[in-house]
Amino acid sequence: MKRFFVKRLVLMGITLFGLSVVVFSISRIAPGDPARLAAGPDATEEMVEVIRKEFGLDRPLIVQYGLYMKGLLKGDFGRSIRTRHQVWEDIKNYLPATFELVFVSISFATLFGILFGVLSAVYRDRWIDHLIRFFSVTGVAVPMFWLGIMLQLLFSAKLHWLPLGGRLDTMIPPPTPLTRFFLIDSLLSGNWVVLKNGLVHIFLPAFVLSFPALASITRINRAEMLEVLHKDFVLNERAHGLPNRVILFKYALKNALIPTLTMIGLRYGWMLGGTILVETVFDWPGIGYYAVAAAVYSDFQPVMAVTILLGLNFMIANLLVDIGYGYLDPRVRYE
Amino acid sequence: MEAILRIRDLKIEFNTFEGVSQVLDGVDLTLGRADTLGLVGETGCGKSITAKAVLRLLPTPPARIVSGEIWFEGEDLLKKSEDEMRALRGSGIAMVFQDPMTFLNPVFTIEEQLVDVIQAHAKNQTRNHRQKSVGRKEALRRAIELLREVRIPQPESRIKSYPHEFSGGMRQRVLIAMALSGAPRILIADEPTTALDVTIQAQILKLLKDLVERHGHSILLISHDLGVVAKVCRRIAVMYAGSVVEQCSTAELFQRPLHPYTQGLLSSILTFSKRRGSVEGIRGTIPNLINPPPGCRFHPRCPQAREACQRLKPLSIEVREGHWVSCHLYAKDEGVADRLEGNE
Amino acid sequence: MKKEGDVMDETSWLSRWRAEHESQIRSFKLILYTLSRSPLSVVGLSIVAAFLIVALIGPLILTHPEDNKEAVHMDLKLKPPSRSYPFGTDEMGRDIYSRVIMGTRLSLQIGLIIVFVAMGIGIPLGIIAGYVGGWVNEVIMRITDIFLSIPGLLLALAIVGVLGPGIKNAMIALSLVWWPGYVRLVQGKTLSLREEAFVESARSIGAGKLRIIFSHILPNCTSPIIVKASMDMGMAILFAANLGFIGVGAQPPEPEWGAMISVGRNYLPDRWWMATFPGLAILFTVLGFNLLGDGLRDVLDPQSRG
Repeated sequence: MKRFFVKRLVLMGITLFGLSVVVFSISRIAPGDPARLAAGPDATEEMVEVIRKEFGLDRPLIVQYGLYMKGLLKGDFGRSIRTRHQVWEDIKNYLPATFELVFVSISFATLFGILFGVLSAVYRDRWIDHLIRFFSVTGVAVPMFWLGIMLQLLFSAKLHWLPLGGRLDTMIPPPTPLTRFFLIDSLLSGNWVVLKNGLVHIFLPAFVLSFPALASITRINRAEMLEVLHKDFVLNERAHGLPNRVILFKYALKNALIPTLTMIGLRYGWMLGGTILVETVFDWPGIGYYAVAAAVYSDFQPVMAVTILLGLNFMIANLLVDIGYGYLDPRVRYE
Repeated sequence: MEAILRIRDLKIEFNTFEGVSQVLDGVDLTLGRADTLGLVGETGCGKSITAKAVLRLLPTPPARIVSGEIWFEGEDLLKKSEDEMRALRGSGIAMVFQDPMTFLNPVFTIEEQLVDVIQAHAKNQTRNHRQKSVGRKEALRRAIELLREVRIPQPESRIKSYPHEFSGGMRQRVLIAMALSGAPRILIADEPTTALDVTIQAQILKLLKDLVERHGHSILLISHDLGVVAKVCRRIAVMYAGSVVEQCSTAELFQRPLHPYTQGLLSSILTFSKRRGSVEGIRGTIPNLINPPPGCRFHPRCPQAREACQRLKPLSIEVREGHWVSCHLYAKDEGVADRLEGNE
Repeated sequence: MKKEGDVMDETSWLSRWRAEHESQIRSFKLILYTLSRSPLSVVGLSIVAAFLIVALIGPLILTHPEDNKEAVHMDLKLKPPSRSYPFGTDEMGRDIYSRVIMGTRLSLQIGLIIVFVAMGIGIPLGIIAGYVGGWVNEVIMRITDIFLSIPGLLLALAIVGVLGPGIKNAMIALSLVWWPGYVRLVQGKTLSLREEAFVESARSIGAGKLRIIFSHILPNCTSPIIVKASMDMGMAILFAANLGFIGVGAQPPEPEWGAMISVGRNYLPDRWWMATFPGLAILFTVLGFNLLGDGLRDVLDPQSRG
C-alpha cells in the first residue's frame, strides 16, 4: 500500500512539473511584447526595457523557465497588472472563499448524489426514480451560469428569500479570522448572526456549483447500484437472512462506490473550473472571480497562477481518489 | 421416514421477452429428516429454480408462483410473509451456492460477512424466542469455530482475509460455514462443486457427508452430475423440463431405473454404459418452455413414447416402495383411459 | 441498336453501390432501429435533428433578419415578449428570437470545429501511442495526463487570457482542452486491438503498418469515437457559451448565446427575457446531444460506462 502511494506521489510530481512547463509555454505564446504588457499602457521605452531586464525577458527561453520555476518555488507568481499587487497576495485573500465554496459544494454533491442514486435504484421505475432521473439528465446539460442567474431571479429578486450575492451582507463584519472560512470561523467564535448570514449567502452559489456534479454522481451511482444488486453475492446475502437495509447501504453500496468515486474525482475537477462562472454570477470573492477579472483585462500572471494552483489541487484530489480506491477495493491494493 | 420438507405440485412461471415460460410444471419432492436427497437434471430443467423457490429467493416481477405448497415443519412456506421468510433464511433452511468466486462479496473480509450473518440469525431467532442477541466478540468466536468445522486451517488469522485471497475450495468451505451459522435443519446445496477441480470436489462432498453424520442436517444436493450426487445422497430425484420424473434410492436408480429419461441419462455416462464402447445419448434437445410439448414433456425424445404420452401428463406413481415415477409405462391402463376420456 | 445492357447500366450504379455497402446499410438501419426503442434517445435525436435543421435553414425562419448583428433600433429596445417579438428585444432593440436562431448556426459551427480539430489531433496521436508503444507511448500519455490534470474551463481561460478574447481564440483554446480525451480513448482501444488475433494474422501475411491501422484498427475505434463526439458536441457548445458569458469568447454583437446572457444579465430582474431564452437554447442543445450520445453508447458501445 505504501509503495502504491509513493509511486503515485512521484507521478504527481512529474505531472506538476509538466504542468508548469505547459503553463509557462502558454504564457509565452501571448501575442505582443510581454515586457510592454507588464509595464502598462503608458510606460516609456526605457521603462519597458527596465522591466524586460528585470524579468529576464531578454534571456533565452530555458533561462526564463528556470527563473520562473525558481520564483514559483518561492511563491512568487508575479505581479497583477490590474490590481498592482503581488499575485500571491491577491490569491491569499481570495483562496479561502473559493475553497469554502468548493468544499461545501462537493460535500453536498457527494452526499446527495450517493443518496439519490441509491433511492433511484431501489425504487426503480417508480415516480421518484423518474423524477431523480429527470433532474440528473438535465443537470449535466444546464449551463451553470444561467442556472445561477435564473435562481437569483426567482429566489432573490422575486421571492426575496435569499441574497443576490457575496459572502455576507455588507453591513455584517466577517468573523475573527482563524481559518478564513467564514462558516467555520463564525462557528468557532460562537457568532451565530454571522454564521446564519454566511449560510444563507453560500446556499445558492454552492447549490449551483454542485448541480452538474450532483447529477452525474446520482446517475452513475444509480447505474452501479442496479448492477450490483443483480450480483450473485447479493443473492447469497439475501439467502442468509441479512436485513435489506444492511445489504443495501453496506454490502451493495461499497461495491457501487468504486466507480462512483472516479466520477466524484472527475466532477471535482469540473467544479474547480466552474468556480470561474459561479463566482462571477454571485460576486463571490474567490480566485475564480479573480482569474476572470484578470483574463478579461489581459492580465495573465494571475490566470497562470490560478491555473497552477487549481491544477495542483485537482492532482491532489485525484491522488485522494486513488487512495480511496485502494481503501474501498482490496483487490487493487496488491498491484 | 419422516419428511422434513415436502414440495407439492409446485408450478412457477417466468415472464420473459418472448413470452411466459412455464419453468416448473408441478414439482413433487420429499426430503426426509437427516436424509440426503440429490436433485439431478440437465441445465435448464428447473432444479435451481425449485431450490430458490423454497426460500423465496426468486425475483417476483419476472417469476410468478402459480400454485403449489412447500411444507416445512408443519407450515406452508408459500403462505408466509416476507419477514417470516427472512427469519427462516439461513436459520431453518440454508443455501450453499455454486461458483464461490462470485457469491462472496469481494470488498469485505470473511470476518465481516460471517459476523454479520451470525448476528442477523441471532436477531431473527430472538424473535422466535430461541436465542438472545449476539455481540461482535461472541459472533467472531462463533465464526472462527465454524471455519474450523469446515476444516479451514488457521481460522483465527484466515478469517481476516478477503475472498480473493482464498482458493476455490476454501471459498466453498466458507460458503458452507456461512450456511451452517444459523444451525439450519436443511442445507440446500446448489451445484456446490461444479466450479471446483475434481480432487477438491471430493473433499467438499466428504465434508457435506460428515456434517450430516455429525449434526443430522438434511441435505438437498442439486447437481447436473450424477456421479457427484451418487457419492453423497441416499436418495435421488431426477428432473426434466420442470417436473420430477423419478424419485428413489440411489441404489435403485442405478440398478433399476424406470423412467426412459433416467435410463437415457445413465447410458450417457460413459462409466455406466452396459456395453463397452457404446456411448448412447438421448436424441433431441430440451424443450422450449414457453411452448412446451403437450402431455408428457419428454415424449418427443422418448424412445418408448405412446399415444397417451402426447395428450396426458403422467401422474407420479409409487411403482415400488419408495420408488416414484411419472410415466405412462407404469400407469394402470384403465386409469389412463379414464383420464383420456375425461379430457376429451 | 439498343441492347438490354444499356438500360441496365444507367440504374446499376445505385444498385451496385447499395450491394457493395449492404452490410453498412444494414448496420445503420439496425442502429436507428435500436435507438428508436429507447424513448430518451428518440428525444435526444429529435432535439439534435431540430438543432441541425434550425442551424441550416436558420436565415429562412428569422422574423427580423437584419437584427443578426449590427442593427440598432433604439426605439424598440428592451421590449418584452410579444407576437412579433416572441422572445422580446434586447438593449439595442434587436429581436432576440432571431438572434437565438442565428446563435444556433454559430454554435453548430463552433461545436463542429472544436470537436473535429480535437479529433484531428487526438486520434492520430492516440493511434500512434497505442500502436507503437514503448517510450513514444509513455511520452504521449504523460503529456495527455498533464493536460487532463487541469480543469478544462481553467485551461481554456488561461489560453484565451493569453491569446486575447474572441471567438477564434476561444475555439483554439477549447480544441486544446478537448484533444487529450480522444488520445486516451483511442490509445486504450488501439492497445487492446493490437493484441487481437485478427491483427496478428494481418501482420503475419505481411500487411504494412498503415494498412493495418486504416483497415483494422480505425474501424473498430469508430464506435466509441462516435459516442464521444456526440457527447462532446454538446459540451463544447456549453464551454463556448461559458467563455462567451465571461467575456473572453464570442464578443458582442455576435449572436452567441453565452455572450447574450452576459449582456442580458445587466438588465435583470425586470428585463428577464434577455437572459432567459438564450439559456434555454443552450440547455436544450446540450441536453439533446447528451441524450443522443447516451443512446448511441447503449447501442454501439455498451460496455463503457461512466
